[in-house]
This record gives sequence, C-alpha cells and structure tokens, in this order.
Amino acid sequence: MPAPFSFLPSPASGAAAPEATRALRCRNLHRHLGEGEGRVQVLKGVSFEANRGQVYAIVGPSGCGKSTLLYLLGLLDRPDEGEIEINGRTMSNHDDRARTAARGEHIGFVFQFHFLMLEFTALENVMMPMHKLGRLTPEARRDRAVALLEAVGLEGKTHRLGTQLSGGEQQRVAVARALANQPTILLADEPTGNLDVKNSNLVFDLLTGLAKEHGQAVILVTHNPEIAQRCDVTRRMRDGVFVE
Amino acid sequence: MISPNLRIAHRFLTAKKRAMFMSLSCTILGVGLYIVTQATTSGFEQFFTKTILGINGAIRIEDKFQETMRSVAAAGGGDSYFARRDGVKNIEGIEEPQTLMKVVRDFYNVRGVSAVIRGNVQVTSAFKTEDAQVFGIKLEDHVRVSDLAEQITNGDLDDYRNSPTGALIGRVLADRLQLGVGDSFQISSRGETRQVRVAAIYETGYREADKSNIYLHQPLARSLLRRPTGATFLQISLQDPNRAPQDAARMEHVLQYSVKPWQEREKTWLAVFRALRISTGITVTVFTLIASLAMFNTLAMIVLEKTKDIAILRSMGYERSDVTRIFLWQAGIVLAIGAIIGALFGAGITWLVGQVPLPINGIFKTDRFIVTWDVNHYLGAILTAVVMVMIASLIPARRAARLEPGDIVRGTAQ
Repeated sequence: MPAPFSFLPSPASGAAAPEATRALRCRNLHRHLGEGEGRVQVLKGVSFEANRGQVYAIVGPSGCGKSTLLYLLGLLDRPDEGEIEINGRTMSNHDDRARTAARGEHIGFVFQFHFLMLEFTALENVMMPMHKLGRLTPEARRDRAVALLEAVGLEGKTHRLGTQLSGGEQQRVAVARALANQPTILLADEPTGNLDVKNSNLVFDLLTGLAKEHGQAVILVTHNPEIAQRCDVTRRMRDGVFVE
Repeated sequence: MISPNLRIAHRFLTAKKRAMFMSLSCTILGVGLYIVTQATTSGFEQFFTKTILGINGAIRIEDKFQETMRSVAAAGGGDSYFARRDGVKNIEGIEEPQTLMKVVRDFYNVRGVSAVIRGNVQVTSAFKTEDAQVFGIKLEDHVRVSDLAEQITNGDLDDYRNSPTGALIGRVLADRLQLGVGDSFQISSRGETRQVRVAAIYETGYREADKSNIYLHQPLARSLLRRPTGATFLQISLQDPNRAPQDAARMEHVLQYSVKPWQEREKTWLAVFRALRISTGITVTVFTLIASLAMFNTLAMIVLEKTKDIAILRSMGYERSDVTRIFLWQAGIVLAIGAIIGALFGAGITWLVGQVPLPINGIFKTDRFIVTWDVNHYLGAILTAVVMVMIASLIPARRAARLEPGDIVRGTAQ
C-alpha cells in the first residue's frame, strides 16, 4: 500500500518510528439513552484501549452500542459511569471547555454522512479545525490543507463547494479535515458505509496509511466485514458489551 | 484578519439569501420607521413649543403671594402668642416691576425679562368694532423675550419704535377690522379712548394671539388703561426653556410671586402631543417587535437547519461560546447593514415627508409637514434595533450552543 502522507510534516518532528504507546483508554463505561419507560442501557461497563499506530475495528449488530461508544471516546458525549483517558489524561469528568479543547487538539472525526459544511469549499473545510486551534500561521494552514487535499487525491478540487463534490470526494475531504490538526486519535463512524467498493477501499487505505505513517490510533466502527478484517484489531460488541 | 466565527457567520447568512433579505428588510424598515415617526411627531411638537415660546416666553410672573396669619395662644396658657401661617392670598399684578426685573435677571438661565401691562379693550375701525387685548410693552425688552421681531409680516418694526402712537396688530384682527399698515383706528377702555396707527402687522400662527393681541408702547397703554405704575406680569425668556419648571419653582420660592413655566401654561396642548407620541410609540414598538420576530425566525430557522454544522464545529474543537458568537455575529451583520441602510432610508423618507404640502394655521402656522432633524432620533433607532435584535438572536444563539454534538450525530437532537 502506498504511504500517502509521507510528505506531510510529522507531529513529532524528528522522532523515530511511531511507538505503540497508548493513546486512549476507557474503563467500565456505562451509558443510558432515552427517558422514562423508553430509557435503555446502551453500554454496560465497556473497557477498551487503543495504541498509536494501530487500526481498531469495532463491529457488531445495529443498536449494540458501537456508535455510542465512539462518541463517548471522542468526548462528544458523557458517560453515566466510567472513565475515559486521552493520552494519559482522564477527560470524562472534565468540563465542556476542557473536553472541547481536547477534541480540537487530539481527536479527529470522520462521520458516516460526510458531514462537510456545504457552504464552504473543500479547502475551507479542511482549514476550519486549524483556524480554531490556531497553532499554525494562516499561510501554513493553507499549505497544510492543500497538502492534505492532494494526499486524498483532490488537488484539482480544492476550491469546490461541498455541494459540488461527489459522495466519495466529500468523504475524502472529511478524512483530510480529520487530519488537519494532526490528532493522535482518529475516530471514524462507518466511514465507508455510504461509499461504493472503490471509494471504500480508497478511504480505508487513507485512514490506515496515516496510522502506520504517523503513529495515530484509528478506531473505526464498521458493518463491513472486509474492512474489519484488514484492521489490526477487531472488537465485537453485542448488547452493550465486548464479546471477544 | 477576519475571525473564524465571523467568517462562518457570514457564510451561513449569505447561504440563506431569502431569510437574510427578510430579516434585513424588517430591520431597515424598523430603523427607518422609528426615525420618521420621531422626526414627524417631535417636528410638530417642537414647532408648537417654538411658537408659544415666541409669543408668551418661557416663564410668566404674575400675582404676588401674601401670607395671611393669625395669632394662636401658646400651650401652657399665659400671655404668649405666636403667629401661624393660615393660607396664601394672591395680590394681582406686579407692584414694582423694575425692582423685580433686576432680581430676575440675576437668576441663572434667564435670557431676558419684559414687564407687560395687559388690559381688555374695544377696537374700532372704520369698518367694525372688535374686542381685543392691549399689551403695553417696552419694545427693546420684549423682543428679548419673544419672536415679535421675526413675526412682522407687514410694515416695519422701526416704524413702530419711532412712533409713540404706533400699534402692532395681529394678522387675524387686522383682517377682521380691514386694517392695513398706516391705517388709524380707535382703542377704548373704561371710558378712555385713544387714536392709534397700525405701524406693523404680525403673525404668530397661534390664532388666539393673532386675533386679539395689540402691542402698544407702555406709556400709551398706561394712560389708556389708567395704570400709572406696576405691571400685569413679567415675561421671561430662558437660555434653556426645558429647565423652565425648575427655574420657575426657584423663582417662586425666592420672589414669593406666582411663577408659571410654559409647560404648565400649555399643558393641554402638550398632553395632546404626548398622546400623539405615545400613539406613534406604540406603532413603532409593534413594528420593531415584528422586525425582531423576523430576526428571531430567521436565526431559529438557521439553527434548525444548521444543527449538523454545529455538531461538526463542536467535533472540531469549537466551543459553545464559539457557536453562540457565530449566531450573534449573524445578527450583528444584519444589524449593522440594517442600521446603516435603515438610517439612510429614514433620512430619505423624512426629507420626502418634509416636502409634503400641509397648510396649518391655528396653534401654529406652517405650509408644509414639519419634521425635525435630530441625531438623537438616529441614535435612538439604532439603539432600539441593537436591543431588539440582540434579544431576538440571543435565544436561538443560546439554543444552538446548548445542542449536544453527540445527540446531533445520533440524530436525536431536539
């Protein structure tokens, strides 16, 4: 497989090959959804770890709690019970501001339905997380966004609006955007769920290639057994717990 | 460099052109209407105030107070008595006007003082006889407390100044008596009759004054009205007529005379204008509320349509406060554009209204619709728009910020 991000600046400049250190850990996560009689326990004490440079697949039937777990790991949601550690720091009990800052700095998301901001161009979408983090100069943000879009094969479409891109292209922009701030953790919720086989493979290769090149932990939720098979680790869920 | 939040707000807003146009139109109309109603309402009121100040001055001092006393035996019996204030009696007129004028001139805010002798008379021309009121004045004093000099429509004030038997007569009375400048007529009061000449005709626009007031030199008025000393009242002009109630209260306390500010004298008409102001205020408020609802509706709609984008922004590290700012920026953009265009629109409509022919003669005289140009109207309109738009946008903005990204992505956001 080609190494699509080899030309991008490394997050740990001058460092050796990525170490298999722990990027994320959660312990005994519980989560209920709904209210009153409709209240359901979706997660029943889930524990999980993800190391840098590894690609993890979480699989299982619909409604087993895969996506809920992913949103908890991405600090988009709060557990009813349990702990989440991001790069060794417990984040589950922090306030919204700290969790938001951690999301911006350490976590990249790829959602099933692309979730691009359609009024913005591909380039602007990729630059948006960088604008918020403010780590790079405006020129450097632009250069990095262009490089990321080139890496996902969209060098000729940087100035197209989201509405002017196909589904596969939108998802590739979403991958580039997830990588914009060089996160240590990449979370993908059925990233290939809406794509044809060719685009599915392309997006998966981009994600896994990054993990290997830059030592990022990639956790993806998928229904696709072929994609799951190609991951380093596959965890199966059923009824709110890991079963193997 | 433009902040990311402003950039996003601008793009969100311009993507919803129709909604933006609606809320922008409402803001422009709200600001414009506020300015126009203020300009027209206060235009008539200010013109009326100027007219009546130009006739009767800001303050009038008329009757002297005299306390009535009675003796009361002190408690404990014996021969001790003390005086107790029993009431206040008014003694008509001013006994020593020159002395009082000297004291009044020392009050802060006083611009001029004029002693006036007033009396009811009958005026007879070759054509007919009319009832009228004579005002005996010293011209140089009186032009400092009135707009008499500017109100002359026929004849010359210098002619009056140089003619001891000259009279200044109101336009309506002159028409009724069919008198012109240079014509002679008779004035009679309690058996005294004088032959006078029309030196000039004035017009205040206030019909009551124009049909009854005749200005004569004070010596002539004194002999006609048989009043060798004193004055009926002192007419006072002020640097700031709006302070008249406070100044009148102070003068009354110090001078022990009945002192009436113009606001009390003209309270009936001022109440009418106040009612008019309230009425237009209600109209403007209703319209501003509609404009605010349009803004609320636009932003609420954008929030509903942008929940997915809010989740994306939150997942990328944008804080709740960023989301609030993005929506407040949208309101701010509409507000800024709406305020500028609305102010220009208001100014344009105000100018057009000012060109509308509208002959009025009664409480004042005008040929056109009266408008006032006051920067405070514009500031008031913009301030009102800021308050209303910000209140209207705060609710959707806060709602947007409260959305949980996890809920949105799961598709369960309420």
